[in-house]
Amino acid sequence: MNYPVVKGAAYALVQANSMLLYQGTTQITERLKNEQSEHLKALPEHLRSYEDAVSYPPNQAYIGNITPDQLKEIPHPWYENPLAGASRDGKYGEIMPEDEFFGLMKMVDSFDLVLLEEAFQAVVKEKLQSHPILKDIKEITKLDSTAHSADEIKKLVAEHDAQPLYFAGKLVGCVKKAHEFDEALSSEVMLGNLANKASAVLVLKHLLAKTDLNPEQVDYIIECSEEACGDMNQRGGGNFAKAIGEICGCINATGSDTRSFCAGPAHALVEAAALVQSGIYSNVVVVGGGSTAKLGMNSRDHVKKGMPALEDMLAAFAVHIGENDGVNPVIRTDAIGRHRIGSGASPQAVMTAMVTDPLDKIGYKITDIDRYAPELQNPEITEPAGAGNVPMANYKMISALAVKRGDIQKADLMKAVESIGMPGFAPTQGHIPSGVPFIGHARDMLLEGKLERAMIIGKGSLFLGRLTNLFDGVSMIIEKNSGVVEADTGFDQEQLRKMIAEAMRDFAKTFRE
Amino acid sequence: MDLENQARIKDLYDKYGKDDLIVVLGGAEPEASGLAAETVATGDPTFAGPLSGVSLGLKAYHIFELKDEIPADVYDEQVGMMEMVLDVDEIVNEVKTYRK
Repeated sequence: MNYPVVKGAAYALVQANSMLLYQGTTQITERLKNEQSEHLKALPEHLRSYEDAVSYPPNQAYIGNITPDQLKEIPHPWYENPLAGASRDGKYGEIMPEDEFFGLMKMVDSFDLVLLEEAFQAVVKEKLQSHPILKDIKEITKLDSTAHSADEIKKLVAEHDAQPLYFAGKLVGCVKKAHEFDEALSSEVMLGNLANKASAVLVLKHLLAKTDLNPEQVDYIIECSEEACGDMNQRGGGNFAKAIGEICGCINATGSDTRSFCAGPAHALVEAAALVQSGIYSNVVVVGGGSTAKLGMNSRDHVKKGMPALEDMLAAFAVHIGENDGVNPVIRTDAIGRHRIGSGASPQAVMTAMVTDPLDKIGYKITDIDRYAPELQNPEITEPAGAGNVPMANYKMISALAVKRGDIQKADLMKAVESIGMPGFAPTQGHIPSGVPFIGHARDMLLEGKLERAMIIGKGSLFLGRLTNLFDGVSMIIEKNSGVVEADTGFDQEQLRKMIAEAMRDFAKTFRE
Repeated sequence: MDLENQARIKDLYDKYGKDDLIVVLGGAEPEASGLAAETVATGDPTFAGPLSGVSLGLKAYHIFELKDEIPADVYDEQVGMMEMVLDVDEIVNEVKTYRK
């Protein structure tokens, strides 16, 4: 069978301290309750510098400058053990500072909702004009258009519900609401959606720059973040995918948005694989931008524990799924794991549906998978907030399942945890940690022969939408390419004629008997 | 503890009272389980939800503590795997603290 392949993956981060303070929902709620709260007073002291965010080891793992295995060797707390010589530019993408990102938001804004202060806009324009992959976006000319005075921006924020954009302690811009009364187009929603679009554009541009995929070759884009774009009559109408593709010059692509909370990217990858394998499209890109709402989500706990506010990163990823080329790792579409509606909600039922059911389908044992990539949340962010080490919990569950199935001995449980796992290195941006951060590393390791196969697991908590208490999850196995590309076995007229003749002969025979 | 769950427990308390009601927890972490037990016993210590300053005096048990009450095959199917991976003693001790 010609399985679809993972042709490339890109990852980008944006440090977003201003958006953490003003658009992170934890801070918004706090401000509504008490503008003078202790948390709001203390939080600015806990914000990191851009340099600290760049040298933070998990961020370097996310953009591909170190592997998860190298990260494992760095002692905790990682925020006290910065990576020497860390770079903004990574093998898979980059870590962008917030000022440039505000400029990028203005570039991707089709409705003139992002306003930047004159002097700030001039500085940012210069920086983006020398950005290696963003300078050729034609919308960069938006940075030539009307800039605004500081007073105008101040007034819009104070009197017209515009969202403030700060940089280095100064109000440097704002995002206006897109409608007078429509809450689906409020300034808060528009800022979130524009930041999501801009970060997705950044990562898709990286994918196009770092692989041999040309924008014109992209047939379909599946966007899989957790935002909703639309007006009050169609709040989740979409379409982020086409909006992102438009900026990146994907003129031959169409696309759509796929949602399933944190499991969205895994669903999107399965859909992309299906579209390619069926022959409907040759090149499909799965892309997800970052979430401003989740910035500083657990910052109360981080502040209380005297740590830096580590949730200051907007994260984005893009993966290219293409036809079998005999080289790149394949997605085993005959062994897709899924949490069925009837699977049940106990952790055991969930893991069975997602991990062992697909393995059973193709006769693999749990130990036949070299690495599992479940929810890869950075434990340094989740542990202080009482949510534990999420990837570690998953590895223990998978290994316990292996014990229950007799794949390993109980005494070897922790040994298995050690060998199938990796430390979590993804920011807690909802859909981002769910398996996908490992795809870039997995692809490299499979190409280098360091792995035979890996499993990507996406999980989602659907109860958050208050429509169902069901759990959700999807998994897929990525495997080393056998190197064999099967010839196209399309429609064979001769063979069909023979089959019909044979069937008619059999039919005639029944009359003779 | 989730604010929605706090509201649900408060509603159930109003309907059934304290004597015929226990709270069964399934938390994976000692700290979070203890926090939930504390919330239904003496009120939300984070002062974020409907049980802030509300002392329901409800007793909370972790599902690990109720093993003997559950048919063995059901327990094994639903909880067996997690029992193998979580720190059962630490979780149970933490939850117990709030029943004293």
